[in-house]
Formats: sequence, C-alpha cells, structure tokens
Amino acid sequence: MTKISYITHDNKTFTVDVDNGLTVMEGAVQNNIPGIDADCGGGMACATCHVYVKEDWLNKLPKKEEGEEDMLDMAFEPKTNSRLSCQLIVSDEIDGIIVNIPSKQA
Amino acid sequence: MNKTDALIIGAGPTGLFTAHQLKLIGLNCEIVDNLDKIGGQCIELYPDKPIYDIPAVPECTGEELTKNLINQLKPFDIKFHLSERVEEVKKENENWIVKTSNGKIFSTPNIVIAGGVGSFEPRKFSPKGCEKFENKSLFYMVKDKAIFDEKIVTIFGGGDSALDWAVELSKNSKVNLVHRREEFRGAQSTVDKVHELVKVGKINLYTKFQMVSVNGSKSIENIEIKHDNNEIKNIKTDYVLGFFGLIMQLGPIANWGLNINKKTIEVDTEKFETNQKGIYAVGDICSYPGKLKLILSGFHEGALAARACFKLARPNEKYRFEFTTTSSNLLKRLGKKE
Repeated sequence: MTKISYITHDNKTFTVDVDNGLTVMEGAVQNNIPGIDADCGGGMACATCHVYVKEDWLNKLPKKEEGEEDMLDMAFEPKTNSRLSCQLIVSDEIDGIIVNIPSKQA
Repeated sequence: MNKTDALIIGAGPTGLFTAHQLKLIGLNCEIVDNLDKIGGQCIELYPDKPIYDIPAVPECTGEELTKNLINQLKPFDIKFHLSERVEEVKKENENWIVKTSNGKIFSTPNIVIAGGVGSFEPRKFSPKGCEKFENKSLFYMVKDKAIFDEKIVTIFGGGDSALDWAVELSKNSKVNLVHRREEFRGAQSTVDKVHELVKVGKINLYTKFQMVSVNGSKSIENIEIKHDNNEIKNIKTDYVLGFFGLIMQLGPIANWGLNINKKTIEVDTEKFETNQKGIYAVGDICSYPGKLKLILSGFHEGALAARACFKLARPNEKYRFEFTTTSSNLLKRLGKKE
C-alpha cells in the first residue's frame, strides 16, 4: 500500500492508500476521485488522466516512455511537470506522492 | 424518414460486429458515426498500435482489425452515415425516432449504442474568450483554405494536422507555428519540410510557447503566447488554427433518460438493454458487474443485443438459434449458397 494525495483544482485533497502495482490513474478512478477521466482506460491514447506532479516526486517517477510526451501535447494546459497518471506505477518509492489534478481534462 | 430494424450508433469494432450479427439473423440495420471514417477508437486513436488479445488473431493493428471487420460485412448491405452525430431520440408508439446532426431521421424499434467513450470532438483552446471567435477567425479544422490567402495565420499544435497545414498555408499566407515543446510528433518528412520553411522565413516558429489570450473586437487582431520561462509575446494574427487532436464526449446521449454512471450506461447482461426498452448499449460504453473494456467483450455483447433486437423487430416470428457451419438460411445470407 502506498499513500497518494490527489489535490483537485479547487484545492480539495484526497489522500488514499493504493495497492502497489496499480497506476496513479487507477488509484483515482477506484476511489472516485473527481477530475481524472481516463477515457481510454490506461492505453496512453487520450490524455484525460493528466496530472501535475509536485517537484520533489518528479525525479522518483519512471521516465516518460515514447508516446507519453506526444499525448501530453493534447492535454489540457500541459506544464513541465505534467504526466499521464496511467503511466505512473504505484510503488514504495513514491509513497506520499502528491499530484495536482487540472481544472479539466479536455 | 429511414425505417430500419436497428440503428447502431458507433462504427467501431463493436458496432461493426453487432451489424454483422443483426444481418446474419435476418434483420436490417444502419450505422451512424460522428467520425468521417469507419473504425472508431481503433482507427482514430491507435491505427498503428498492435493489439494482442483478439481471440484467434495473435496480433493485428487497429487499422487491420477494422479492415477485417469491414471485410466480414461484405456479404451484407449496410448503410453507413458518417460525419453525423445522433442528436435526439424520442419514442413514438412502438418505435424510436432518431434525429442526426445533418437532419436525417430514423424510425426504428431498436437502437444499439456502441459509442465507445462518446463521439470524437476537436480539443479546444483553454483560455477564455476563444469561443467568441470560434468558426469566425478561430478554427479547429480547415474547410475552405482560400479564406487564409494573404492573411496572417497562427497554427497551434505539433502533430501531422498542424504541420501539414503550416506547410500548405505557407504558400499563400504568413504562417506562425506555435508548439509547447521543441519536438514534433508528425511524420519526419513533414517535420523536415517545416524546418526548411522556417529557415527561409516562410514560417515563424515559436516552440515552448502556449496560448494565453486572444484579443480583438469582431475578429482576432492579436494573441498572446507564453514561453515556458514565462516570457510573453504578443503576435499579430488574422486567424488562429488549433490542432490538438480529438477528445471523446458523451454528447447528447447523456440527455436520453438512460441510467448513466461515470460516463457509461448501465445494462442487463441478458439483452444488454438499458433502462429504456429497445435501447441497448454494448462495448466500452456499457457497464454491468464484471464489465471488461475489451474488444472481445464488445463482440459478445453485440451478439446478444442483436438477438434481443429480433424480438422487437419481428414480434410475430420466433428466433431460432443456428450455426453458420450448417444453417442454409445463414449461408444464404452470407452469399455462400444459392
């Protein structure tokens, strides 16, 4: 179990325990956290599970695979700390991670 | 008015196989899709990506899967209505009356929603004020390129659409190309062409910039773009084009009185019928306990929904289960037997 905090655009914080091996996207969807749509179901094909990762955690995450940056081109208001949460596998390494959810996904 | 035994909404793999099943059991059907081509997410989102979990097909791309499904429909005469979105549904006696965005009207006892995650719509600019100019001096697609002649056009995006139009419009217009990072994801030959045109001054390239605001009274006069380092540039432009790909939206389906939960429609697992009699949902758009969003699940759901359609389309006939290997009825429909 790994602790993940999701902060919505209107500053509500949802902290949940997510099983290792799931993705940060699945953690949000399974816990009914608003603002992560994940339309394609984790196929890195839609950019609607876009999150901003707090600086301290950015380097601890697995590097972007080819394709993620391309999809982020289509995300709503991408920034340098943007990631697709379907690509972030939950593990002990990222225990306590904080991600911000954009005001909308599309 | 088009009369049909079943109207399928969505021409993705599930919609296509549902059509196959309907035709096989002797019903007619028509298919409406908002995209301009057949294939749904397979063709729009991952035409080149291999899929490995279609039973008996070890590996195929989204495009190959679509082609094979279209091939499988060859024996049948099925009318496709592409680039049309279903807008309105209402009940009239025993039938559903369906209206599309192009004003076509269907009358049918059965509607099968195979809509995936909804219809594809262009992704839009985020700054407020952009809507004001939409379809006047700000566009998400090009219908008539002549309007840009001798004008300044600012194109946003880094994929093939943005690059192709930057190259094309640079012939007769002054083109600015704005993209949020330095790498482009378009075809390498087009990327090279764009860089050549930048060198000779035919395209002004702004990378690591994003739109901040559009300004103008009746039409756009200038826009502000912001660099990753927060530098803001004001550029004069007559037109703005945005190519950020497509997004899926449930759209008008949300207003049809169906039980919708997290953008999916609740169905039973016998007929895949919704809470409205004669409206079914199959594929990614339906939900029930244990639902898997796999293409193979969509095929199963479509096959069962098709049998349910039979009851409403042929109330006085009895549906009899038959195999394609042995049934002369089915073989006739498949064109394999006189």
